Amino acid sequence: MMKSTKAEGKLIIVEGVDGSGKSTQIRLLEKWLRYAGVPVFFTEWNSSEQVKEIISKGKKRNLLTPTTFSLLHATDFAARYERNILPLLRAGYVVLADRYIYTAFARDVVRGCSPEWVRHVYGFAVKPDLAFYFRVPVEISFDRIVKNRPKLKYYEAGMDLNLSNDPYESYRIFQGRIVEQYESMVEKEGFTVIDGTVDIEEQQKHVRQKVMEMLPRQRNQRAVAK
Amino acid sequence: MRAARIRNEARPIRYYGKGIPYLQDTEVKGRLIVIEGPDASGRSTQIGLITAKLEADGHAVLNTGLRRSELVGEGIMEAKKEHMLGRRTMSLFYAADFADQLENKIIPALRAGYIVLADRYVYTLMARDAVRGISKKWSHQLFGFAIVPDLIFYLDVAPEELVHRVFQKNTFLDYYESGADLGLSDDMYDSFIAYQHLIAREFRSMQKRYNLVLVNGNRPVQEINVDLQKRIDDFLRSH
Repeated sequence: MMKSTKAEGKLIIVEGVDGSGKSTQIRLLEKWLRYAGVPVFFTEWNSSEQVKEIISKGKKRNLLTPTTFSLLHATDFAARYERNILPLLRAGYVVLADRYIYTAFARDVVRGCSPEWVRHVYGFAVKPDLAFYFRVPVEISFDRIVKNRPKLKYYEAGMDLNLSNDPYESYRIFQGRIVEQYESMVEKEGFTVIDGTVDIEEQQKHVRQKVMEMLPRQRNQRAVAK
Repeated sequence: MRAARIRNEARPIRYYGKGIPYLQDTEVKGRLIVIEGPDASGRSTQIGLITAKLEADGHAVLNTGLRRSELVGEGIMEAKKEHMLGRRTMSLFYAADFADQLENKIIPALRAGYIVLADRYVYTLMARDAVRGISKKWSHQLFGFAIVPDLIFYLDVAPEELVHRVFQKNTFLDYYESGADLGLSDDMYDSFIAYQHLIAREFRSMQKRYNLVLVNGNRPVQEINVDLQKRIDDFLRSH
């Protein structure tokens, strides 16, 4: 089971499917916290230098199986966790993560890995202090993504799952299954659900409210003063 | 020469844990034999000799080992050179490399009826992790997707003997094989000896749980080979 964070800092994470608006929201949250003088560190899924390249190489050549896909993302996560997330939390930072272990719990299981196994693999990660889940119907997130993308990538569209020969149809089914996984975690993992269909400003207001309730009072007041 | 007979009946894969759900219906015909042991313990020499003998007996043989996957092998080398990855990260990196070879090499070969000779397997990875403070339970569950081998040998060589063999191959002791990242001693020789003792202790503690056959590796190459070959031939005849 996951250890509770003994660290001084706070870990805030966002989850949701592509096009749910989570990245926009966490970036706005980051700006606000920085403006208020809170020490902040931002990290995102699949971004560690050493591992990212290998994953992208594997993806380009369609070399990945569900298990290697899962383990490489776990390696990327561990690299960021050991190097940044944990030490910064210990140092008292507010760590903001665009996607966390729940992304793996959703995607890897949809790809066919054992749910128990994926959870064991990430068993070393601390539980976030606040986990936002941006809930959006698949049709809306689908439209948001497809409008801006002339072409979907192989793994992004879940083409490795043989759901459909049409990348867009495959993507729609794949995203639908990921949403199911997220929804099944909401209660168990204690997600704070944000309605991703309302205005950006409205969502951000809810996000900031929740963050304010959680931050230590001193910081809280400084943030409010701004 | 009479070929050792091998029964080619297909049977389901046996995993250590939850396994690989999307390969649950896969059946294998071949055999998986693992040779474990520290660097310079004579693993590759023995694998060469065993491969030649098995092939002469008419078996199809595939050699495999750690850090050889097309996908991640090189990446691990790079990362090790830079000494910049944490313990958990290294552990998962190796697991990814292992998974890649398991799914893309070992399982297809076993399905086709090959005898797969693995130069190290998950036990080395678990021993390294345990020595570095990673929980054994976590490592065991991590490798829940690994296939249970038919035979596992561990070439047990005294660290004091091992160090001489290393110096016959190289003029220096490897950073990780000396456990230099553990800060056991500033003296590389002391560090190597201490680290190899720790690893050997982990292997002994795994012996029962994973059915490791401990083989005295302090003996001459030929003597060890006769021992290993006999055990392998006996197994192939009786299964």
